[in-house]
Amino acid sequence: MDVRSQISMIFHLDKCIGCHTCSVACKNIWTDRKGAEYMWWNNVETKPGTGYPGKWEDQEIYKGGWVKDGEGIKLKGAGKKKGLLNIFHNPHLPVIDDYYEPFTYKYLNLIEAPAADDQPTARPVSLITGKPIDIKMGPNWDDDLSGTPDYARNDPNLKKLSKAEQEAMFQLERMAFYYLPRICNHCLNPACVASCPSGAIYKRGEDGVVLINQDKCRAWRMCVTACPYKKTYYNWNSGKSEKCILCYPRLETGQAPACMHSCVGRIRYLGNILYDADRIHEIASVPEDQLVDKQMELMLDPFDPKVIEAAKKNGVPDSTIRSAQRSPAYKFIKTWGLALPLHPEYRTLPSLFYVPPLLPVMASVSDTKNTEQQAKIGEVAKVWDDKWLYNTTTEELFGSIEDARMPMEYMASLFSAGNTEQIKDRLKKLMAVRIHRRWTTVGDISEEKAKGALKEAGLDGKMADEIYYLTSLAKFDDRFVIPAAHREQAIEMLEFTGDKKGSTGFGFKEGTAKRGL
Amino acid sequence: MSSLDSFLFIIFPYLAVGIFLLGSIWRYKQTGFKYSSLSAQFLEGRKGFWGTVPFHWGLIVIFLLHLTVFLFPQLTLGWSSSPIRLIATEIVAFTFGLSALVGLVALFIRRISDARVKMVTNNMDLAIEVLLLAQIILGCWIAVGYRWGYSWFAADLSPYLWSIVKFSPDATAVVAMPIVIKLHIAGAFLVILMIPFTRLVHFLVAPFHYIWRPYQQVIWHWNKKTIRDKKTPWSEKRPFNN
Repeated sequence: MDVRSQISMIFHLDKCIGCHTCSVACKNIWTDRKGAEYMWWNNVETKPGTGYPGKWEDQEIYKGGWVKDGEGIKLKGAGKKKGLLNIFHNPHLPVIDDYYEPFTYKYLNLIEAPAADDQPTARPVSLITGKPIDIKMGPNWDDDLSGTPDYARNDPNLKKLSKAEQEAMFQLERMAFYYLPRICNHCLNPACVASCPSGAIYKRGEDGVVLINQDKCRAWRMCVTACPYKKTYYNWNSGKSEKCILCYPRLETGQAPACMHSCVGRIRYLGNILYDADRIHEIASVPEDQLVDKQMELMLDPFDPKVIEAAKKNGVPDSTIRSAQRSPAYKFIKTWGLALPLHPEYRTLPSLFYVPPLLPVMASVSDTKNTEQQAKIGEVAKVWDDKWLYNTTTEELFGSIEDARMPMEYMASLFSAGNTEQIKDRLKKLMAVRIHRRWTTVGDISEEKAKGALKEAGLDGKMADEIYYLTSLAKFDDRFVIPAAHREQAIEMLEFTGDKKGSTGFGFKEGTAKRGL
Repeated sequence: MSSLDSFLFIIFPYLAVGIFLLGSIWRYKQTGFKYSSLSAQFLEGRKGFWGTVPFHWGLIVIFLLHLTVFLFPQLTLGWSSSPIRLIATEIVAFTFGLSALVGLVALFIRRISDARVKMVTNNMDLAIEVLLLAQIILGCWIAVGYRWGYSWFAADLSPYLWSIVKFSPDATAVVAMPIVIKLHIAGAFLVILMIPFTRLVHFLVAPFHYIWRPYQQVIWHWNKKTIRDKKTPWSEKRPFNN
């Protein structure tokens, strides 16, 4: 058993309001530079929608991630053979237009344009060429555009749905959407690392953050193809690939990453998880329907004395084990079984998990007759022609999961490689917590019914209260349990502290006896 | 031998190779960050395909052929003693030469015409492209105008190159060559000289080590085996990734 610690993230989608504060926080700190203008290390997508870059989930276009190859796995569009043979021209590399051409406006024109008959305008200019452009796409271009033919209906996740199901989803009255914030998944089996011919991309052993060594990167561009989430970006100005660094300078000083810190809906949680690195390849290679369960099996119980012993033997500091025990990520993923990884079928074993959204799913629209209602309200009242009723009652326990507005197949295509049972299981738990809280706070649901709901979902009252606390009331330190970086030890690998010892403020970094080269 | 000839074929080769060797190391140390070819595929993918693929594969085959003839002249002479094999090799070489030419022309047109690619182009990129273009045109010209180069390169030029390697330069054979061939030889050394100062450095860092590297890479900032070991003494040894 090779026990390692991995920083893991939870995004609670029910709480995401799609405000893009995370994206802006990230952009202002990291990607507000030439060549990086188009990059959104953190972005928020509207689902159903095509996302960023367009249709990134369609691996028939982008060839990202791993695919099964006999007993093992291989990279779909990169790897040693494909990567080196295609090194001169990567046939699956997205180009800037798949994201959008970055632009700004000539604001100064508004002030400095000479007096004329027409109004001065601020023309959009490309941030690449500096020439005026017609803006065809921009950041969050498909924001809130569920139902539109160009975006929502081109969502690759709709492939598994029948035509009728798709039509039902996009009827104006039934239309629903939710937000999907995305950052780098800091995978356990990262495809970007495996695809890098230079060996510039690596996973940090101590906390599992995946980084690109900018000095080693030589612009072979394979990582952009290999990452199925399209979370490595090519900087056309520096000729280097860049990606989310999980704000490691902040993590090392005990602060939450900027996107998480700034999150208005407080949807984000971060904590570390202990896992068995020996089993990564084995678990990344299991059949598709087992991927989620097996990945959860990979995560070790931080309270298990055997795990603690193995972790200590492997150099995991006590502080890291302690924070793994307090980790909100562990609770969401393992203890409560509420979270699922995004597109587990890419086999990268992502460390970012999502609590699937209950609300657009559970609210159902049922057919109804309005005649009875109309008879009651008299002739002067407005007559409703609609034959549907928007229903969010909890009357029928879990009943509405079956006729959900967001089809289960659609949710399963995103979060469980097509397994609808896993989605239902998570949603039932979320629903049960709601019923439980309704019983405790409002009281119009009987105790028997609330207990029954919890039991059916596989929870108990204590767990439900804990879920409620961490979802609704959690304070900063509950949401972000950041293991100490132990720079005092890490520094010894980078610098020889003996040089500094005893000579604070005055010492020699170079040996003083040697002369010449 | 004129003084220009002795400069071009005796002094210049040493100068070029010397500058190439020292310059490559110096540039790696000075501006290692820029030690690559700035790919513009992300800005313009489609036209680039028709340039970069024929250019690179053409150039690689042509380069390897030049290299083998230089390294194994006797073997080459033996191989090309049969007319059929000689003709076949010449045809193959010329095809790849043309492929490199077509590719480079396509790349050059793309570089000067595409608005986005222009933004990531500097003067040195254009200079080296023109130089390579001239070099490839000369090479194709020689292949057509002075046939069976595969054979006479081994007989006449390999000994000249070896004489340079052995520090007893003898350029008599080269001086007697037609001007086109002389230009091609001098051009070749000029290209070698230019490598450290252009985007050509990317071939010096071609990622062959990827072939035998394990796919996943994990880097530790502390030594996980010794960090908890109380017996690990404080040592005078420098940390390994310092």
